[in-house]
Formats: sequence, structure tokens, C-alpha cells
Amino acid sequence: MSAIPERIRDDFPALAQEINGHPLVYFDNAATTQKPRAVLDAIQKYYEHDNANVHRGIHELSNRATATYEGARDRVAQFINAPAREDIIFTRGTTEAINLVAATWGAANLGAGDVILLTELEHHSNLVPWQLLVERTGAQLRFIPVTGDEGTLDLSVIDNLLAGVKLLSLTHISNALGTLNPVAELCAQAQAIGAVTLVDAAQSAGHLPLDVQAIGCDFLAFSGHKLCGPTGIGALFARRELQETMPPYQGGGEMISKVEFHKSEFNVPPHKFEAGTPNVAGAAGLHAALDYLDAIGLDSIHAHDTELAQYAQEQLSGFEGIRIFGPAAERGGLVSFIFENVHALDLATLADQQGVAIRIGHHCTQPLHEKLGVPATARASFYFYNTRSEVDRFIEVLQKVIKLLK
Amino acid sequence: MATVLNSMDELADNFELLGDWESRFGYLIDLGKELPPMDAADQSEANRVYGCQAQVWMKLMPEADGRITIVANSDAFIVKGLIAVLLMIYSGKTAQEILDTDGQAQLDRLQLAGHLSPTRKNGLFAMVQRVRELAQTEGAEV
Repeated sequence: MSAIPERIRDDFPALAQEINGHPLVYFDNAATTQKPRAVLDAIQKYYEHDNANVHRGIHELSNRATATYEGARDRVAQFINAPAREDIIFTRGTTEAINLVAATWGAANLGAGDVILLTELEHHSNLVPWQLLVERTGAQLRFIPVTGDEGTLDLSVIDNLLAGVKLLSLTHISNALGTLNPVAELCAQAQAIGAVTLVDAAQSAGHLPLDVQAIGCDFLAFSGHKLCGPTGIGALFARRELQETMPPYQGGGEMISKVEFHKSEFNVPPHKFEAGTPNVAGAAGLHAALDYLDAIGLDSIHAHDTELAQYAQEQLSGFEGIRIFGPAAERGGLVSFIFENVHALDLATLADQQGVAIRIGHHCTQPLHEKLGVPATARASFYFYNTRSEVDRFIEVLQKVIKLLK
Repeated sequence: MATVLNSMDELADNFELLGDWESRFGYLIDLGKELPPMDAADQSEANRVYGCQAQVWMKLMPEADGRITIVANSDAFIVKGLIAVLLMIYSGKTAQEILDTDGQAQLDRLQLAGHLSPTRKNGLFAMVQRVRELAQTEGAEV
């Protein structure tokens, strides 16, 4: 049984509400998580006491705002065990982090014929930025295939796939199927042939202990809002040696050291990649979220998430005509499924009538759904504040919904 | 439990009587099940209506007397139910009558809005838009 007490739910104001006359069962955590009071308080406190613009201000409030922002950078570095604080670039989230790598490192280092290796599991945010880069540079995309409904990567021909690869970019945990990929092994194999590696940690950060040195990747991206933090803030880990070679991302204030009418000199990394006034309140909230998660313990969170997914999978397998996706082991805390002759849209609409929030659709992985031969799947995704009794309620609601639709 | 309905008044009355979400959605689903079938050949890319999370196809067929028969289908039951309601509002009218009808106001009478997410509402909106666009084209051709 989980080591996380149910009373932790009291920390989350949004969880204590009724939807359509029923207690909310929030199973859409892979899309975004709810926020604990500690995070809400940190944002409020920042605006009430410390709000100012960062870095060049001489006055006290600006010093506090800078300390808040740069303190969050230290905290993120610690959270993912980055070798140095300068390895952390703040972004709006995972999507912007990957776009930043494509627009800077990618544009400077990839040319016609160079191969970018992705997997068939990728979220559109780790696919479309590379497609755009391919259009500009003539580089090409290659994909590690997925085995089928269980959603594991077929690594039988990985050596062939890696041949000539300049960049390997892959998801740590699949947002659509829950697959937990062997990122450390794959990064090691890619680096052995001189490729640069990027890990999309949107679904794993805050869900299991992350250590960029143990993974051995060159880049790692995650979003604050998927780990109890606010929206609009995320981070890109980028090894310093690589940052030194990367051209700027966006131009503006903060990212320069000297500006003349016709040319500029750029600030040192990571500031070179953070043009404009940053999301200081977001950084304050993110810092509080990381403190909150570490106090619970990421090992406990991972155990709790996967235990709920396992339990939900067992309960779901009792339904007639159900097709369940994702691996049996080595997985994150979500479960995807469809019913024969029942559209996922009907399912989610009727579940919502009873207070159960699940997501349906292609989950921003349209090519993967194309491959699986389903237009849409339903997904229940869990976090440490979810309980077994909520899974029971979810199953009971599904039974009612299926009855109504048959 | 769905029977042949003659007007939106009757439909709105029935929804009113049904009260809870379960019976309302059950009723809507039943309406969808009674939708006149759409030829498989007509469920084509050209007739596809985008803007809904389910697949929707729609075709307008002008009759000799100037009235327009609408046929439509979806792979989701609730959307089929919504299509049945839309046909009740629009089908059998002339192009001009279709353009003069405030479909949103008619739909609001069913008080379904609160039960439908914005995405779904967008799907509905997309269907209403499509009917109007097609009616405009038909009207221009007459």
C-alpha cells in the first residue's frame, strides 16, 4: 500500500469540490496537475512582498525578485542533479524548451542529410519542432518503432537506426501509453556514436527521481505545471559546453551584454537564452512545488502512481470489449483504453456528468494513434493525491456509462 | 423512448420533463439512434465537418420544391443525438429559411449547454456553421 497519506488531499483546494453534484475525481494529471496551497502561497507572497524586475535593479525589491528567480534556478539544478546552476534555462515549459534546442543547437549543428532520431511515441511537441527544422535545414527524421498496443520501443534494430544519427530526442514516459523508456541506455548508445541527446521529461519530472547525470543526456526538458507548479514556467537542462556553442534564441533585454545600433554582444549562458522579463512569479511557484514534492519523496510518488495505474488496469480488464494500451511493467501512472463500439467522446462526456475528469483524443500523438489504428483513446492519469477509492468510483462510473451507451 | 417529434417545442418540453442528466442524455442518444441512415459513400472527406472530437459528416440535398434535406452522421452517439436535434431545427427548410434561423437560440432552449464542454460546443458550433455555409451555397445556386 502507498506510503502517501490520503490527508495530503487537504493541501489541494481544487480537489475539494463537486462537479455536477458529485465529488471531483481528477484523473487528468498527465495534462496538468492541481496545485498545493504552498505553491499558491509562494506566488501570492511574491506579488505581495517582492515583486520587481530582476537582475539590474539597485533597489531592495529588485534584489529580492532576483534572489527569488535565481534561487529557483538553484533549486531546479538540485532537483535534477545538474552539475551547475548555469545548466538551467528557464522556459515557458517543455514545448518551448524543445523549440529552443531546435532553433539554436539544431539550426547551428544540423544540415542537409543529418539524421534526427525520435520514437513513434513522441508528443507533437517533440515532433513538430523537428519537422520545422527539417524543412529549414534538409535534415531528416527517423523513428524508433513501437511494438503495438503495449507501447514499448522495439530496440531490436537500434544499431541500424542509430547509424549516422546526430541527435536522439525521446520521451522519458509516453503521455499517451505510459511507457517508461530506458533513456539512460539509449543516451549512452547514442553518445557512443557521437550523437547529442535530448530527453522529454514532461511526464517523468515530479513523478520519479530525475538525475540528468545518471541519465547522461545533453538536454532535458520539463514543465512546471505537470508537477504541481504554475503554468507558464518550465526548464531546459542544457550542458554548458553545448550552450557555449548555441546561437541566441530570442533577442531583447536580459540576453545582451552590450548593444549598439547595428550589432550586439550577448550575455553569458543561460541568460543569453532568456530574453525579456522572465516569469519570476512562476519561478517562485516552481521552487515551492519542488520543495513540496521532495518533502513527499519522489520514490514514494512513483510507487503510488504506478500502483494506482496497475490497480486501474486490473479493474478495467474486467470490462467486456475493452482494449487496454501500454506496458504491463516499466510504466508511469496512467492507463489508456477504448471500448469496442463506444466512442471515447461519449465516454468522457458521460463520465464528466458524474464528476470524473478523464481525457480523450489523440493526446497530441496523432501519428502514434494512426499506427495503433484508433482515432482516439481514453486516458486516466494519476498523481500522488489520487486514491484507490477514486479508482473504484471511476470504475463504477464507467459501468454506468457503458450501460447507458449500449 | 424517442417518438416522432413535430417541433422543437415538443423536444424542449420533453427535455424539460426529463430533468436529470441521465435521462436527458439517454433521450439524446435514443434520438441519435433513430437518425436516418447516411450512405457510406457520403461519409467522405468532402462531407467531413471539422471542429468536433468525433467524426462528423454532413450533406445538404435540395429538393425540387426548394426545400433542403440534410443528412448527417457521426461515430459518437451523443453527437448523433445532437445531429438529430440540428436536423429538427434545419432540415426541410429552404435555404433562406435556414439562414434566417437562429440555431444557437434553438439549441439553448434544450439547456444542454451546461452539460457540454467547450470542445463539444465547438463541435456543435461547427455543425451549425456548416449548415449555414452549405445553405448559402445552395441558395446562390437556385
